[in-house]
Amino acid sequence: MNINYAPAAAEATIPRGAPLVEVRELKKYFPLTKGLVFRRTMALIKAVDAVSFSIGKGETVGLVGESGCGKTTTGLCILNLERPTEGAVYYEGVNLSALSHHQLIPWRRRIQVIFQDPYSSLNPRMKVGEIVADPIRVHRLIADGRQLRERVAELLNVCGLPAKMAERYPHELSGGQRQRVGIARALSTQPEFIVCDEAVSALDVSIQAQIINLLEDLRDEFHLTYLFISHDLSVVRHLCHRIVVMYLGKMMEMAQTDALFAGPLHPYTQALLASIPVPDPEVEATRDYSAVRGEIPSPINPPGGCVFHPRCPIAVSSCYSQVPSFREIVPGHWAACSEV
Amino acid sequence: MTGLLQVEDLRTQFFTPTGIVKAVDGISYSVAEGETVAIVGESGCGKSVSALSILGLIPEAAGKITGGRIRFMDTDLLRLSDEEMRRMRGRQFAMIFQEPMTSLNPVLTIGRQIRETLQTHLGVSRDQALQRAGELLGMVGIADADRRLKQYPHQFSGGMRQRVMIALALSCKPKLIIADEPTTALDVTIQAQILELMKDLTHRFDVALIIITHNLGVVARYADRVNVMYAGRFVEMGTALQIYHSPKHPYTLGLLRSVPRLDQPRGARLIPIVGQPPDLTRLGKGCSYEPRCSFRVGRCAVEFPPMQTIGGGHFSACWQYKEVELTAGDGP
Repeated sequence: MNINYAPAAAEATIPRGAPLVEVRELKKYFPLTKGLVFRRTMALIKAVDAVSFSIGKGETVGLVGESGCGKTTTGLCILNLERPTEGAVYYEGVNLSALSHHQLIPWRRRIQVIFQDPYSSLNPRMKVGEIVADPIRVHRLIADGRQLRERVAELLNVCGLPAKMAERYPHELSGGQRQRVGIARALSTQPEFIVCDEAVSALDVSIQAQIINLLEDLRDEFHLTYLFISHDLSVVRHLCHRIVVMYLGKMMEMAQTDALFAGPLHPYTQALLASIPVPDPEVEATRDYSAVRGEIPSPINPPGGCVFHPRCPIAVSSCYSQVPSFREIVPGHWAACSEV
Repeated sequence: MTGLLQVEDLRTQFFTPTGIVKAVDGISYSVAEGETVAIVGESGCGKSVSALSILGLIPEAAGKITGGRIRFMDTDLLRLSDEEMRRMRGRQFAMIFQEPMTSLNPVLTIGRQIRETLQTHLGVSRDQALQRAGELLGMVGIADADRRLKQYPHQFSGGMRQRVMIALALSCKPKLIIADEPTTALDVTIQAQILELMKDLTHRFDVALIIITHNLGVVARYADRVNVMYAGRFVEMGTALQIYHSPKHPYTLGLLRSVPRLDQPRGARLIPIVGQPPDLTRLGKGCSYEPRCSFRVGRCAVEFPPMQTIGGGHFSACWQYKEVELTAGDGP
């Protein structure tokens, strides 16, 4: 590594309170079946395999990793859009995974989501105003029609859109505007916790910066807690207090953002950081890209032992057979590697 | 430096029910032999269309090259017949697309696709072509070539498919390769591998490369020269060092300031570019960046700024480039 990851100039105080969200030993396996009449399970895809972390109130936790690492599935389990195979998600100490569909409704008001693709996550047949008002109606928060319209206008304004946008259809909007509508919809129920799943990844850089700033402003204004799922480490570093790195369904490393960038412990995190190009030709000219080799293995047939061992530059014989434990190496900094 | 490719005042338009889209509106640049030139811009700025224009792949009826010249070595590409153009493509210049799954034929084996290209363009025998195909796979880092040649594209991972595309592009030893977002669909660790491979091979075989991307980071490492594109035109041209260290166009400066960077202090607020990119059917007389520009003055709205020479191969299409220089002096 020959980049100095400068720490935060003025780090906002990291909130320390009781965890708002707690993910405990979360597992989500998808069966791979064969046969129409007599369905047989051929294999299990371990999309999420024993993931545990917590999110404090007001904290923004980043969940990063490459495709197929299970970061989105983890998010969906937290949202209860997927039911965990094993393990549980606690919200304010309540086990959400044990609640019925009906019992979950009040919790759904408090937990919202912003999706990646602003093209497919908005109903093309609904006007923007209806899209934003829909969660308010579902949760019966405002009955009065005029008040509802005012609330929608207010939400659109908060997200940087003019109130008259309520009369438009999603196809009339640009990608950045659509993502603002998605954010307004998420805010409509006055949630405490928002899962942002690749919320800025589909946007052009000039628009991406606008949305990142908006998410930061909203976090401050409404005291929001975010789980920010992304493959873009530059964005995650910018927004998050703490980062969880996943690879093939497992947690590789977890640390405060500055600690992670200043001294990544796991060889996978090191490889990941070393692969990100920096927009500066002088810095780039001195960087060594040889640290990364091999391909991401298939999650259907993951490697035994440590899942990263086939690509790992420091693997020893025990890595081929023994799954390394996820342990706290220095206070607050966890890694799943026997060699650190 | 000898010019391998010279594009002069290229204009490509599309005809839609809502009006004429000026996707490429008068761009000029050249590529020397063995050089890597980047075209950087955001979605819809016309960067892909500019590449398709060089390759003669603008779909007829929908769009048309309405002006300009494209000289490749001593040939004026716009004067060639379809048949002559077909013989050039793949042989003299090749293309690498963003999504290798859609640009490889899913029902033909990898071996057959490489073999056919070699037989068509070089007139070699079937056995020679297959042997060469095996060598090409080895060259792009695909092990076990004999078995891999008999496989279909779906049996390859995304990164491996892009390696196959690179092998195909290099198969006839072209002079120029155009890569349109070659790593955008790939994971970051794979992206680093593919970029290093492309750099290594283009240097080794002295192939010129035009790399089209929205990722400023990708360009910094690999491009000798960078052309920044906005709304169908180039707004700034220069060496990578000039573009990144002393940008002379407000759009370039805006792009550089709006990305969070790993090598800079964390927590500083991003400075986004305000507003939205313009509608390419309704471009006014003035600078197309004017509505979003923080440096704008009166004439910007009425008079399009020409490409102005700054020196040392650095150009900016901005009336206010001296002001930009002062601001960028604090570091982008």
